[in-house]
Amino acid sequence: MIDVINLEKHFGENQVLNDISVTIDKGDIVVVVGPSGSGKSTFLRCLNCMEDPTGGQIIFNGVDIADVKVDINIHRRRMGMVFQHFNLFNNKTVIQNIMLAPVHVQCQDLRKAKQKNLLLRFTNLFRKEKKALEPITTTKVKIKEDARENALALLRRIGLEDKADVYPSTLSGGQKQRVAIVRSLAMNPDVILFDEPTSALDPEMVGEVLDLMKDLAREGMTMIIVTHEMGFAKEVANKVLFIDEGKILESAPPKEFFGNPKNPRLQDFLSKVLV
Amino acid sequence: MGDFERKVERFIEIFINQNGYVKVVEGLKNTLLIAILGLIIGILIGTIIATVRVIPKYKVLPRILNGICSFYVGLFRGTPMVVQLLVCYYVMLPLMGAHMTGVQVAILVFGLNSGAYISEIMRSGILSVDSGQMEAGRAVGLSFGTTMIKIVIPQAVKNILPTLGNEFITLIKETSVVSFVGAADLYVAFSYIGSNSYEFMVPYLVMAIIYIVLVMIISLGIKTMERSLRKSDRRH
Repeated sequence: MIDVINLEKHFGENQVLNDISVTIDKGDIVVVVGPSGSGKSTFLRCLNCMEDPTGGQIIFNGVDIADVKVDINIHRRRMGMVFQHFNLFNNKTVIQNIMLAPVHVQCQDLRKAKQKNLLLRFTNLFRKEKKALEPITTTKVKIKEDARENALALLRRIGLEDKADVYPSTLSGGQKQRVAIVRSLAMNPDVILFDEPTSALDPEMVGEVLDLMKDLAREGMTMIIVTHEMGFAKEVANKVLFIDEGKILESAPPKEFFGNPKNPRLQDFLSKVLV
Repeated sequence: MGDFERKVERFIEIFINQNGYVKVVEGLKNTLLIAILGLIIGILIGTIIATVRVIPKYKVLPRILNGICSFYVGLFRGTPMVVQLLVCYYVMLPLMGAHMTGVQVAILVFGLNSGAYISEIMRSGILSVDSGQMEAGRAVGLSFGTTMIKIVIPQAVKNILPTLGNEFITLIKETSVVSFVGAADLYVAFSYIGSNSYEFMVPYLVMAIIYIVLVMIISLGIKTMERSLRKSDRRH
């Protein structure tokens, strides 16, 4: 589903990613680990062009989204992202956070279809063979109602239905992160990128977020996760990548990755984190 | 103090019997009109300029726009308001062959001028919003503009509301120069009363009081607005 080909990224003189190639299939749970400053977050952020890659290609659903001519906003809708610091919209309530993007995007599409129909109707006046109008089956009100229902269902799923109308500032870290995860789910993405989703949480809240992520994994969601939770990687991932100094040094299923690491630097890394 | 009482009587006589209050109401209306419409225009211009100035500048178009905005801000911050009024009224309008009343010119110039100041206020407000908010908006597929309008600017406005209130108060007070282009504001009204009674002490005292009361009402309004906007910060 995602083909990363010779991805490169440098900030000025500083080469952060160096010739990274990796293929991610539908349903894959890819965990990316590595020492800090190794470029793993940058790699993840390049996947949805939060950082513009300076070289290489990222083929997502058959389109090279690293190309600057591509409308990245359309492809990002199919790619959720969860941040270390949650980044919930502070000026919106919990449910508005979840509804905002789906409602906006669908209303935008509706508006475009209406404009197109208007133009077609006008040009049809001068055409012998009338062109068919685009069918419009929905309305703004219906879009909003559907989004609201969907958002409530998502909140029910994480047990935060009663928090629908409060502002994010009143939630705990774990609750915020779970809301952030369902916010990205609301767009029905093909893949979700997790950028150290548990690093900013109190230890007692890590569990609830990881449980939700495991749930998603069980449902077959494609996920790419940058994390320091080695236990989680062992349990859930079907592929673990080790990135250091901007290169993928090892890529293997978790059993092999943790049981029989080949790269000496990975061996060193694991000996430090698995104590 | 008998002298002062006589002056007050004289003022009241002109204020009521010789239709002085009509002038004052007219002046108050113009003062508020210029300040409020000026502020609205200023906020619109300021927000647009501030947004342009925070767009990442990899491409050519944002750079050109940024240059234009810098020039605009430099121009309007680098000249006194009175000069701008005079230039607009006595230079620009005749050159363009357009006709505008003094009040209209004042609204326009106040808007353009405060736009330059508000753009800097707004820019600092936008920069004060965590960059994660923009990233989150972009990550769910919203465009830069949409994220700006729906997420970043509302939070920025909340942060800069006290400063914005300051700007409004400054505008109210600066309206006292619009008589240079023949707009009748509070100052014009009270100096009319003063010159009709040959007595300036009381009219100007009342004028000062009216300005103070205006500013106090505005401060109160801003405080109320701030409180309602802070809703999302409160923990309850």
